[in-house]
Amino acid sequence: MNNKKKSSPWKSIQVGLITFLVMVIFAYGFQITKVDLEELRSENRQQSLTRVTRALAQPEIFEYDQVEEVVNFSIYVPCRPDDSGEAAPEQNTSEPYLIVTPGCAAPGEVVQVEGFNFAPYTVGPVRFIPGSDSSNVVSLGRENAETDADGHFLMSMEIPKRPSDSVQYIRATLRRNIGSPHFTQTAYDTWNKIVETVFLALLATVFGTILAIPLSFIAARNLMKTVKSPLTSIALSVLGWPIGIVIGFIVVRWVGDFSSVIGSNAWVNIASILISPALMWFGVRWALPQEEINLPSQSVRFARLGVLFMVILIGFYGLFQLASLAMSAGKTIEVPLGSFGFMGYFLFQVGDIVAIITPVLGALAAGGALSSVLGRLGQYGSEKLPASGIKVLNLILTTIAGATVFGLVGQLVEWLYQIGEPLYTLWLPMMTGAIAGLLLAFFTKPKDSLPIGMVIYSITRTFLNALRSVEALVMAIVFVIAVGIGPFAGVMALGLHTIVSLAKLYSEQVESILSGPLEAIEATGANRLQTIIYAVIPQIIPPYISYTMYRWDINVRMSTIIGFVGGGGIGFLLQQNINLLNYRAASAQMLAIAIVVATMDYISSALREKVI
Amino acid sequence: MLQIKNLTKIYDGGVKALDNVSFDVPDGQFLAVIGLSGSGKSTLLRCINRLIEPTSGQILWNGEDITAASQEEMRRIRRKIGMVFQHFNLVHRSKVITNVLAGRLGYVNPAWSLINRFPQEDIDKAIKQLERVGIAEKAYQRADELSGGQQQRVGIARALMQDPKMVLADEPVASLDPVLAHSIMSHLEDINKNDGVCVLCSLHFLDLVHRYADRVVALNEGKLVFEGLPTEIDDKKFKEIYGRDAERVG
Ligand SMILES: Nc1ncnc2c1ncn2[C@@H]1O[C@H](COP(=O)(O)OP(=O)(O)OP(=O)(O)O)[C@@H](O)[C@H]1O
Ligand SMILES: [Mg+2]
Repeated sequence: MNNKKKSSPWKSIQVGLITFLVMVIFAYGFQITKVDLEELRSENRQQSLTRVTRALAQPEIFEYDQVEEVVNFSIYVPCRPDDSGEAAPEQNTSEPYLIVTPGCAAPGEVVQVEGFNFAPYTVGPVRFIPGSDSSNVVSLGRENAETDADGHFLMSMEIPKRPSDSVQYIRATLRRNIGSPHFTQTAYDTWNKIVETVFLALLATVFGTILAIPLSFIAARNLMKTVKSPLTSIALSVLGWPIGIVIGFIVVRWVGDFSSVIGSNAWVNIASILISPALMWFGVRWALPQEEINLPSQSVRFARLGVLFMVILIGFYGLFQLASLAMSAGKTIEVPLGSFGFMGYFLFQVGDIVAIITPVLGALAAGGALSSVLGRLGQYGSEKLPASGIKVLNLILTTIAGATVFGLVGQLVEWLYQIGEPLYTLWLPMMTGAIAGLLLAFFTKPKDSLPIGMVIYSITRTFLNALRSVEALVMAIVFVIAVGIGPFAGVMALGLHTIVSLAKLYSEQVESILSGPLEAIEATGANRLQTIIYAVIPQIIPPYISYTMYRWDINVRMSTIIGFVGGGGIGFLLQQNINLLNYRAASAQMLAIAIVVATMDYISSALREKVI
Repeated sequence: MLQIKNLTKIYDGGVKALDNVSFDVPDGQFLAVIGLSGSGKSTLLRCINRLIEPTSGQILWNGEDITAASQEEMRRIRRKIGMVFQHFNLVHRSKVITNVLAGRLGYVNPAWSLINRFPQEDIDKAIKQLERVGIAEKAYQRADELSGGQQQRVGIARALMQDPKMVLADEPVASLDPVLAHSIMSHLEDINKNDGVCVLCSLHFLDLVHRYADRVVALNEGKLVFEGLPTEIDDKKFKEIYGRDAERVG
């Protein structure tokens, strides 16, 4: 009871303080964001607001073809002395004509303009044409005339103060829509760009998803926590990456050279593409028996490794041949296909991409393979060799590995900033790495398992969080600089942003799976990869799909504005039209964006419901 | 023969879940592990196939030191040890047959299993195991469409796929009703008696222990407090195992 009495004034003071603080924050916010309703009320603003709003309400999508009837009436301003002021009415004609009363006028006088024989229900301006040239395009005044059912109109207009000795004109330009409405050029442009936008989002989402999935496993604490290796194994697998990458790159380049020696003859290509998968199939069948109860002998194992190596080489050869075929086929069919020529273009580009990516793939695959083989070797060694031997081995290996890693990082810095001082970008880092490695090996017990999984996890997480905090628009600016203005920069930026944000979301899903099935699969003697395939993936499929959809949604939205910074898509057009004050065109583009975003939203929610 | 020697497990938080536990299990025996909740039964069973790393002590199985096995050797040992869980631990969204086939993962070539390809003999065998536990007709349903008792039978079929020499069952019937409990236990008994597979099964109900077990070990706060025949558990032993205030029911 005492407590209550004591606490209530405190509470009130607290509430008061908080209210006061909130007020202060808002007041400050108003000041620095320059909230000013006065500005909104000013005449000027209201007028432009009205104009823009009206333009926005009339998107430039449809238009009619128009016919014009132009009739001039000659008039003297002011009247000549001998002029009666009566115009001779040219009746008995079916042509449209004007009668102005009086037939001449003083500047500033109001005259009656009457039109006959025009087409019924047409609209258009009646203007004063100064000067004596009846085809003069300069005109004054803008009164609108509107004909009735008989093609007749009557209106009054003020003669502008343009006195002249020679004849001047009053011109009626009456326009009429003919035919049915059709799309404007703006509509066509908008359509083209919106298609580009949707595909930009599609490509970014697909590539982003594919790359985010493996990353998400590395960034999942529950999977990485159990990954532990002895130092020997870690050092060897660290060394395996760069060595493997170099070897892989050289070997695959060699395969590529071999492939181009074989030639780009289409028949050779087709034959190679057909034969190499068959060879690979037989090789894999022989080298990887489906089930084996007893361990095979050493020589059989070596033979299998050799065959697998050949299979991989044949696979890369097939890829090169495929690329070559796609490029030549794409080039051949691009012209004959006519308006479907983009298929040829696509084929050519795919071939080109495959040809460029294959050596990179080969290098990465070789790096990974060598790293894992060496890692296993290290694992095996540190289990079987005596501790003292391992200690010496560790001292040597970690020193080399540390020097290599730090040296490579130094070289990266060198490449980025072009310092040009090998002492600072190569020798010093290598020394530091070597010493760090040496110390690490010195202070760890030779057979201890280090939590390398958590190290990789932390690095990946940090990297993802850092990149995720960069807005996709900022990334787009960077890529525009790197690869030039256009949708490609947009795809790269959105793709990268998709990778990092999806990897984060995905990995959180991996972290929340049930551990029971994981444990059960592990208990059957499954290895790590099998455990992931059989226990992790089935559990994460629904959230992965729903996050991918969600991301697809975001990417469509983002791709509509990524053009603002030159990333391609409809944003570029929109920004251009806004800058040119062409609000009706901008309105058409905004409408298109709204329709696409709403449609995508609907489709993705419908799909999500279906899949889950 | 399985020999447990001075097994101790101290968790990261400092909890001593197993305290110097030693006992032997001859081949083909049905051994019940009993004890209060938190006494270390699950920890003991998981140490045997090293889902949990023991802190110290040795586990020898037919002379082979499980605690010293390398990762690769551990996989080869694990595939001979089937495991059945209280909460079944099936992969819910996968088909029943896939769950059963997962029992072969230690045998098949990893490269093929990654693309979900199993040898035809294994598929036939999976159907046969499902027939043995009486739910062959559910083979192509999703695992989470099955009732608890059916799910546990899938769990047993999965363990059987491993051609196990030993089955570890961690409270296999604790989340099932008594009728189902007997049906599941009789499947385990069948494996034990007809296939000669050694079964280590932690249980909460003494009537199940009396009915199925050849021998009993009891844990209390990580210590081995009883080792003997089920019939030897009299009131005095019971109070030693379950504490002074415990009352026998059933
Ligand atoms: N992962 C863990 N980390 C820390 N302590 C744990 C962990 N798992 C279990 N423990 C502790 O170890 C002790 C033994 O747990 P265990 O699960 O082996 O008991 P149990 O006999 O199987 O109990 P139950 O009958 O409830 O399943 C308990 O005190 C528990 O809190
Ligand atoms: Mg338990």
